[in-house]
Amino acid sequence: MAAAKIIKNKYKMPSLDPGKRVKYFDEVATGYTEELALLEAQRCIQCKKPSCIDGCPVGVDIPAFIKLIVDKDYQGAARKIKEKNAFPAICGRVCPQESQCEKFCVMGKKNEPVAIGRLERFVADWQKEDDELNEKPDLTSNGQKVAVVGSGPSGLTCAAELARIGYGVTVFEALHVAGGVLVYGIPEFRLPKAVVAREIEDIKKLGVEIKLNSVIGKLHSIDELMANGYDAVYIGSGAGLPYFMNIPGENLNGVYSANEFLTRVNLMKAYKFPEFITPIRTGETVAVIGGGNVAIDSARTALRLGVEKSYIVYRRSRNEMPARAEEVEHAAEENVIFEFLTSPVEIRGNQEGRVKSIICQKYELGEPDSSGRRRPIPLEGSEFEIEVNTVVMAIGQGPNPLIPATTPDLKTGKWGNIVADENSGKTSKPGVFAGGDVVSGGATVILAMGAGKKAAQSIHQYLSNKR
Amino acid sequence: MYKIRKKEVLASNIKLFEIAAPDIAKKARAGQFIILRLDEKAERIPLTIADYDRKKGTITIIFQEVGRSTYDLGKLEKDEQLLDFVGPLGKESDIDYYGTVVCIGGGVGVAPVYPITRDLHDRGNRVLSIIGARSRENIIWEEQMKKVSDSLYVVTDDGSYGEKGFVTDVLEKIISNENIDMVVAIGPLVMMESVSNMTRTRGIKTVVSLNSIMLDGTGMCGACRVGVGEEIKFACVDGPEFDGHMVDWEVAKSRANMFKKEEKIALEAADCNCLKKGGGC
Repeated sequence: MAAAKIIKNKYKMPSLDPGKRVKYFDEVATGYTEELALLEAQRCIQCKKPSCIDGCPVGVDIPAFIKLIVDKDYQGAARKIKEKNAFPAICGRVCPQESQCEKFCVMGKKNEPVAIGRLERFVADWQKEDDELNEKPDLTSNGQKVAVVGSGPSGLTCAAELARIGYGVTVFEALHVAGGVLVYGIPEFRLPKAVVAREIEDIKKLGVEIKLNSVIGKLHSIDELMANGYDAVYIGSGAGLPYFMNIPGENLNGVYSANEFLTRVNLMKAYKFPEFITPIRTGETVAVIGGGNVAIDSARTALRLGVEKSYIVYRRSRNEMPARAEEVEHAAEENVIFEFLTSPVEIRGNQEGRVKSIICQKYELGEPDSSGRRRPIPLEGSEFEIEVNTVVMAIGQGPNPLIPATTPDLKTGKWGNIVADENSGKTSKPGVFAGGDVVSGGATVILAMGAGKKAAQSIHQYLSNKR
Repeated sequence: MYKIRKKEVLASNIKLFEIAAPDIAKKARAGQFIILRLDEKAERIPLTIADYDRKKGTITIIFQEVGRSTYDLGKLEKDEQLLDFVGPLGKESDIDYYGTVVCIGGGVGVAPVYPITRDLHDRGNRVLSIIGARSRENIIWEEQMKKVSDSLYVVTDDGSYGEKGFVTDVLEKIISNENIDMVVAIGPLVMMESVSNMTRTRGIKTVVSLNSIMLDGTGMCGACRVGVGEEIKFACVDGPEFDGHMVDWEVAKSRANMFKKEEKIALEAADCNCLKKGGGC
């Protein structure tokens, strides 16, 4: 290849006009065109020792798939990604690439890194009509069965990996749709549900069976699964326990956990009320408490429900926000109002018991804490009031308690998380593995997928020895 | 899909379904609930289990038509199917030997109190039961309750059947006459609150079952949160049964009205005209 001129910046992601897009739930980032993808792919210098791969929790061969794009072999590129990642269309959209693969990109040292996530998404979207790739591979069953608890990113990744190497896999999902946080949590405008459904269909083609409406810990215990023919169990039941702040007024009507707010809208389609019967009420002003992706998703969802003002109230500053950079930018474009270095101390209600305002306190940043981020310190006497009708608590989630509560010999940690080895996913119970948010607490889609993948390898090792 | 194996009309707006759900029937216990969904556009409706038949593989639910979702549910007939049926959810009742127990069912609350009454009776407790409703027409499962109680008292608000008055009137008489070891009360929030207030001063352990607003029913959303003593509990995973003396009734009542306006809009949006007039089809 002739020495190409260095293009300093990523090719911009095409997106819908901010003024118009906040009126509906259509996907905001519309994706690279073929032309843009080819240009961006050529920015990759094909390092001999690529470090981007080290930043990918599932180890996608990034330079190889980008090279295939340059060669216009998009199908080959999709296959290359799918060797390691069962959900490229999802990951291309929701991974925090800036703190993973793109963080390690050599181009990023002096310029902007290659837009690996946007290229991944381009390839995955291109591939959607490719039936050949989606056909069921010739799988020979090894006769061993694995039960996977939870059909979120972690469980489905584990299921796909195991099905590919010949295990009979059944996934048990508590809700009425498969996908976990991908369907109840992440909004349509960021991750269309049709994209999720398509990638789940691909996994079913591998022979994975998904049983909906099945709450493990209630309908069947882990021990019953083991007694009923499953040789191993993987628990990926997620961070399904919302945290509240324990401040006065949190039980007023109009205070939602982010899980509730987003589930009403995404899973139950409350934005189409009353055609869909599950309601949501926001009033004119919404304040979302928190600085992660869930907070940003909630604030942008509120705008699309028709509120006039949508606040993000975060106790640190923009630099410390754990949210994906592109989402923070999109939120700012949509006129989400950011109140940084601010946190509520009280929620006040009107006579009907509905939220009327929040009393906030200002903070300043001190020395870094255990997370490496500067610790917020409250400023005495800085209290002020913001009038709001709805408060959404997006300050994190703990592990769902149902399984530990009914599996006494499963060791849990201080926060109720299942204790599992970081590399193997092994728990204190033989044959039982765990990973994703139920082990780590609320994290990201891709980290949960990485855990599911590692656990699949160690389940394979464990069951091979048992054969 | 989950088939309706039997439909029974208990009163003009109270209906009973037996739903084919063999796996859930195997596991269900008194005090637990299920969540069902009619179709793609429907709500997830939590209902406490009224009975189960492990052999037939069915779960019995009883519901009152009070809003759009329960009206839609009531229109279904035998052999039609529900799209989703999840359970058993929540903690089971703490069935033990307590001594003399009073079991109270108010309105459609008789349904969930029935299996608890039966199990307490089977466990050897002396069970005095009180069932109440607005009027004669709304008294349900009197025969069933009679079979599992040592004594059964029936009251109606209008006196059209049994004694005239409220369940608390009967309870007051019972607890002034003899030593009661525990009370189980299920029904409207105001009824459970009144019962709890009455037993608190006498120090009688009182169990209530909260049918809070819920979405997933597995602890994920926190919509069903309720103040219990100094703590916030989730009715779906920590309940639905709680110590009636510890429940923050003001918050519970306020949260039950969270979507009153929307419930009206949903009802008005129904295609069926008779719903708007408040009657079943």
